[in-house]
Amino acid sequence: MPSFETIIGLEVHAQLQTKSKMFCGCSTRFGSAPNTQVCPVCLGLPGALPVVNVKAVEAAVKMGLATGCTVARRSVFARKNYFYPDCPKNYQISQYEHPLCSNGFLHVEGGEKRIGITRVHLEEDAGKLIHLEGDDHSYADMNRVGVPLIEIVSEPDIRSPRQAASYMQKLRTIVRYLEICDGNMEEGSLRCDVNVSLRKKGSDKFGTKTEVKNLNSFKAVEQALEFEIERQARLLGEGRKIQQDTLLWDSVKGESQIMRSKEEAHDYRYFPEPDLLVLDIPESLIQRVDTEIPELPDAKLDRFVSDLGLPKYDAEVLTSSREIAGYFEATAKELGDAKAVSNWVMGEVLRELKDKKIDISQFKILPRQLAALIAEVQSGGINMPTAKDVFRDMAGTGNEAKDIIEKKGLKQISDEGALDAVVVSVLDNYPQEVAKYLAGKDKLLKFLVGQVMKETRGKAHPQKATDLLKEALEKRRGS
Amino acid sequence: MRLNECGLAKLVTMAKAGEISPLDVASHVVAAVEARERDLRVFLDFDKDELLQTARSLTDSGDYRRTPLCGMPVMIKDNICVKDKPISCGSRILTGYKSPYDATVVVNLRKNGAIIGGKTNLDEFAMGSSTENSAFGPTRNPWSSEHAPGGSSGGSAAAVAADMAIVSLGSDTGGSIRQPASFCGVVGMKPTYGRVSRYGLVAFASSLDQIGPVTKSVEDSALMLNVMCGEDANDATSLPGAVPDFAANLDNGLKGLTFGVPRDFLEVGMDESVKDNFDKLVTNVQREGARVVDVSMPHAKYAVACYYIIANAEASSNLARFDGVKYGHRTQNDDDIYAMYVRTRDEGFGDEVKRRILLGTYVLSAGYYDAYYLQAQKVRSLVVADFAKAHERCDMVMLPTAPSPAFKLGEKIEDPLLMYLSDVFTIPINLAGLPGVSIPTGLSADRLPFGVQFIGRPLDESTLLQGARAVEKLVDFREKPFA
Ligand SMILES: [Zn+2]
Repeated sequence: MPSFETIIGLEVHAQLQTKSKMFCGCSTRFGSAPNTQVCPVCLGLPGALPVVNVKAVEAAVKMGLATGCTVARRSVFARKNYFYPDCPKNYQISQYEHPLCSNGFLHVEGGEKRIGITRVHLEEDAGKLIHLEGDDHSYADMNRVGVPLIEIVSEPDIRSPRQAASYMQKLRTIVRYLEICDGNMEEGSLRCDVNVSLRKKGSDKFGTKTEVKNLNSFKAVEQALEFEIERQARLLGEGRKIQQDTLLWDSVKGESQIMRSKEEAHDYRYFPEPDLLVLDIPESLIQRVDTEIPELPDAKLDRFVSDLGLPKYDAEVLTSSREIAGYFEATAKELGDAKAVSNWVMGEVLRELKDKKIDISQFKILPRQLAALIAEVQSGGINMPTAKDVFRDMAGTGNEAKDIIEKKGLKQISDEGALDAVVVSVLDNYPQEVAKYLAGKDKLLKFLVGQVMKETRGKAHPQKATDLLKEALEKRRGS
Repeated sequence: MRLNECGLAKLVTMAKAGEISPLDVASHVVAAVEARERDLRVFLDFDKDELLQTARSLTDSGDYRRTPLCGMPVMIKDNICVKDKPISCGSRILTGYKSPYDATVVVNLRKNGAIIGGKTNLDEFAMGSSTENSAFGPTRNPWSSEHAPGGSSGGSAAAVAADMAIVSLGSDTGGSIRQPASFCGVVGMKPTYGRVSRYGLVAFASSLDQIGPVTKSVEDSALMLNVMCGEDANDATSLPGAVPDFAANLDNGLKGLTFGVPRDFLEVGMDESVKDNFDKLVTNVQREGARVVDVSMPHAKYAVACYYIIANAEASSNLARFDGVKYGHRTQNDDDIYAMYVRTRDEGFGDEVKRRILLGTYVLSAGYYDAYYLQAQKVRSLVVADFAKAHERCDMVMLPTAPSPAFKLGEKIEDPLLMYLSDVFTIPINLAGLPGVSIPTGLSADRLPFGVQFIGRPLDESTLLQGARAVEKLVDFREKPFA
């Protein structure tokens, strides 16, 4: 099979977290009873007219600025005409020739790969059609109609399914940092269509592309692309041509099916929306929105590496969420040892959040409390296994480490006199193991240390216990 | 005195003075409707009991005397939404649909003491110039039952002409207020695009549609505009800025005003009788002390072609929502969704609406958009520039409202192009978004009214109405359709 280069572009739709819809005052709340968040405007009733939600415009401008786009001082809403029951006007108000933002970019793969962003434009979401098993009717829920969306179109700069997923992840991180979209792919607040084509290595012409729709997880993005690349490579390998089709990904079956061919493709008959004026963006709005943009993940990552001395890997994990990064930073500031905190946050904290399916805002251990716990370990007050027990206690109760250690009597035994007695009794209790150790089975030292820990209910200072054991064993060797 | 024959200004004055009540007026109007509706077929919905009831309770409370419109009834073209009332737009496709809300203009009228009366007949979705495209049959011209009342606001114009209404609302996309006003011998006013909110007006062509009044005098139009105009948070295309008292300068007369006559545009042709009537009026206006100048409008003759691209393009999209899914007519034969759409729309829309949807869809299609839609937008901007230049030389442009008096029902319905040309003088004004008012200027030998329209500068309805009022006085048209 000849070797092909993969060309991928993504169209990502992100639902904006505004209180009200794009062109009317209805709520955008997710999960309400069907058709309870509707009005003449979003239902497209005769005579109703759209009015632009300025908050949505600001969110889109924010995204544009955060991805290095040029924000157009004048952009134009356009009607995209198509008949479907999820679209009550049978046209969607979108932007076409003159989008709000264009010519941006973002980085993935630790800053190594730059992916161009063609445009970020505003549009309205469609409704949801519900098909019930054994019912020959379809039902329409119009609560989602008119929820503001931004569509983020990438340049065909992506070269692998893995890269596509990274790009998608990066977009999610950014919209979450900006607090303009919750990034929830399961609920559909972040959705993705991909365009993919293959070309012979070294060629500078694009091959015929196909579009795959309905990708609602990072895994789906990757799998659907792998599937499609393999399909196209097989066809090309057989000397056949790629048809410019639109495919639908079925994540259960793990395959895509043709939804429509090029001949069946819609002519959307775009034209400027006559019910809305040209969207004028004053310079002052751009400037104000710019000041509202927080430190973005790339900048934060750089700072964590250069100022806090974290390994790049740690910095990448920690900055993938603005809240986690904030938690880490607050804790590190308390403790003054960034790497120690990074280990705890990336290990115990993230595990705890995942196990309990909560986010950091619901996490009971405050940065100050976590710093205090780590300080206990660093000062030798408790050993690491004990610290992890204390951590779990704190995560459940929100109590201070100090109080838990005291109440449960978990203070580490470093006192040599106290430990000596335990060591002697362990050696006396396990004469066979002692004999085997002395005969050369070094491994048994670990067993004996374990017994010391058991006797002290985990409170023995592990290193000290080990040293004392060795010392005592050597003495017995000599006797 | 038959109060239904009086104009709004006079009735308001009398009501304020306590000489008459809303119930008196409503009763006379109801009597006229009962006498003439069978012959003229003006209304698509008229609830006389409700009208009388509302008038009675207003009369009893006495509050009406503190409002500008003093409890006078206003008839509404049936493409403007009135809460809980059926709205058909003259189409079968909206069968059974009632609007759950009031149009902004209706809200404003209510707030200012109007009683919202019946819904008047129109060409389906305001597409037409004769009301013959109404799915519910044409309205008759009060001056001659064989003749069309004009359109699309034919019902609103006929109602006022036949004294079945004191005033009514129409909508004007390419002449749909002014042309029927001219055919029926009444005053029809299209304000500047954006002056009156379009919220609640069922869209035909969003960039051209404008609501306006049909009245018995220029003064009545001014009173109506006073309560109809203003920026609306629900209509992004409504215009900001204060609304003046349009009645304030009404009687300042002709002196100091300059009228522009676009001789080059008039060459597109008109009936000889229309030309005579117009030319005589121009001479009169000049003789009475106004300045009359020639202005040039070289692109106005392309307006009709340009209009039928832009209006139909917008209409094809605006009317897409009528699909049988949510409200109105749905075919019985709905086995799959696309067949349902096709059959519903085939059954629900009339021929002219289908024709325009097809044309509009075509001009927006890939590969044709640049040649038609974009080109038409360029022509539109040339028409705008023509008017801007003309208005540098005059306060208002003067044109016949229509190239002929009312034509006969059936005369043009089989020839759409001929029908389209009846709006040749009104269409350019919509393309330019300017205010225009048509007033009656005499009768033909067959006792059919002539009309002349005046076209003002953007947002300068005040000067426009001053001029129209002065000419109205000069003409002193007192003829009535009924002996
Ligand atoms: Zn709504």
